[in-house]
Amino acid sequence: MVMVGLAVLVWCGGWWLNARLANGPQSDTRLVQLLVPAIFGITLLLVWQLLVMGMQVPKVILPSPTDIAAAFEANLSKLSQDFQQTFVKGALSGYVIGCSAAFLMAIVMDRSDFLRRGLLPVGNFVAALPIVGTAPILVMWFGFDWHSKAAVVVVMVFFPVLVNTVAGLRETSAMQRDLMQTYAASYWQSFFKLRLPAALPFVFNGLKISTTLALVGAIVAEFFGSPTVGMGFRISTSVGQLALDMVWAEIVVAALAGSLFYGVVAMLEKMLTFWHPSQRR
Amino acid sequence: MKTVVAVLTVLSVIIAFWYAACLPMNIKGVLTEAERAGAEVTPAGAKERRDLSEFGLVLDNNFAIAATWAQDRPRLPAPHQVAVELWKTTGAMVLKGKMMSKRSLFYHGWVTLSATLLGFAIGTGLGILLAVGIVHSRVMDMSVMPWAIVSQTIPIIALAPMIIVVLYSVGVQGILPKAIISAYLSFFPVVVGMVKGLRSPDAMQLDLLRTYNASLNQGFWALRLPASMPYLFTSLKIGIAASLVGAIVGELPTGAVAGLGARLLGGSYYGQTVQIWSALFAAAILAACLVALLGVIERGVLKRMGMSA
Repeated sequence: MVMVGLAVLVWCGGWWLNARLANGPQSDTRLVQLLVPAIFGITLLLVWQLLVMGMQVPKVILPSPTDIAAAFEANLSKLSQDFQQTFVKGALSGYVIGCSAAFLMAIVMDRSDFLRRGLLPVGNFVAALPIVGTAPILVMWFGFDWHSKAAVVVVMVFFPVLVNTVAGLRETSAMQRDLMQTYAASYWQSFFKLRLPAALPFVFNGLKISTTLALVGAIVAEFFGSPTVGMGFRISTSVGQLALDMVWAEIVVAALAGSLFYGVVAMLEKMLTFWHPSQRR
Repeated sequence: MKTVVAVLTVLSVIIAFWYAACLPMNIKGVLTEAERAGAEVTPAGAKERRDLSEFGLVLDNNFAIAATWAQDRPRLPAPHQVAVELWKTTGAMVLKGKMMSKRSLFYHGWVTLSATLLGFAIGTGLGILLAVGIVHSRVMDMSVMPWAIVSQTIPIIALAPMIIVVLYSVGVQGILPKAIISAYLSFFPVVVGMVKGLRSPDAMQLDLLRTYNASLNQGFWALRLPASMPYLFTSLKIGIAASLVGAIVGELPTGAVAGLGARLLGGSYYGQTVQIWSALFAAAILAACLVALLGVIERGVLKRMGMSA
């Protein structure tokens, strides 16, 4: 009971501190803007720990953060193998192949009006469908190893990137294109100098959406068969053994990998589209 | 009109390509079967054929082309095989009066759809509530919003098996665990879109309301909520597609016996490719219908509010 009371106390304390910071005079500084979410996160973890300890929640229902940390530390080598198998081999290679294929396809579609008219509605339609469902088929075709996971990721990231890039390449105004024409710029000159830069915010939107999709695709594909390594494999077997601390450790890895991946793409975006209004301060 | 022609051309090219792709994909299986049935196959023996290219085999064995489109368990079923299977498990079942039989996709589709809709309702409701909180409270904005964005980068599917096992162990089973995964997936698109929408009135409009001496409540109902509708519908469309994916994935790790995800998994276990493809198409059609339905509702609502473009 003491622990539960303590949890309530910690929650109120954290919230009070955040309220002070957020409504205080310094709320617009960088430090406070980082501090507030950090305090919120730490409060959540503390409350979780205290509640699990105080109410004696069994480990098979919800392990406490310290249990998860212990499992994380004890299985470091296993986790890094899983990370390599699923993220580096499966998700990353699929992401690179899928995004570059979509990008090239978008350029072809941009050059031909007929193709764009025909393919864009189809692409838009496919982008909204549950493509994860192709996983069993692709696992059947490409085998259990990482190749099938990469194939699932390729299919999943292809359409969001395609649709966004095509939309982006049409972003320039007629006036700007006319200006390029008065300069006697060739197609590729105006493509690289005008249309590609103008398309970049859209392209990055697609790329950012795809980072999550890539990881999801690689993990789900492993539910349909995988070698005895990989994050999806570990999650489904650990659930079977009721080793939930291990599942949570994998989730931590997935969360870190996903956030880092997203962060890297967002940073690239910041570097390449520094001129865009959304990036200016 | 031009667009219709273009789309139809693209679709027919895709289907033609699909039929063509069936040839190399299925030829080895077909030849093995044909050889067992006593037909003359060049070269004879599955072992000899194993390392040969599929295209060469197709050219050497013209007689087998029709068979690649009619195999029992093909690696890639032909479009008409999928269509026949879809009809057999939907329309034909209705005609026989067994619409809700366990072999019917209506039954499996309904299992998945009910979880999707329940989850979508929960996720949307909570998402709108949180967005209202975020817009009105600076503390919530600063502490919750960054985490909401970070959580978008987490593959939520990873949580699915655990949610189901945990809820099962506390006695909750059936539709609710799947609905929770659906809710989780549709939650964040709604939060992000709704926050953007509730903030979309510009300073001038807000000032006008202040000159009217409108209260916070009045400002919310009269200005912010109506202004957010286009954003809300855009994110609802994303959210419902995500919900369906959530419900399907929620059926995978537990070995569920009903639902489109279960059909996928069952087909994958027993090598029933045609079943996988038909379940996939059923899911696609379902998703398309749901998004289209939301589109219709959106048009109606925006029209009544005088906002239709």
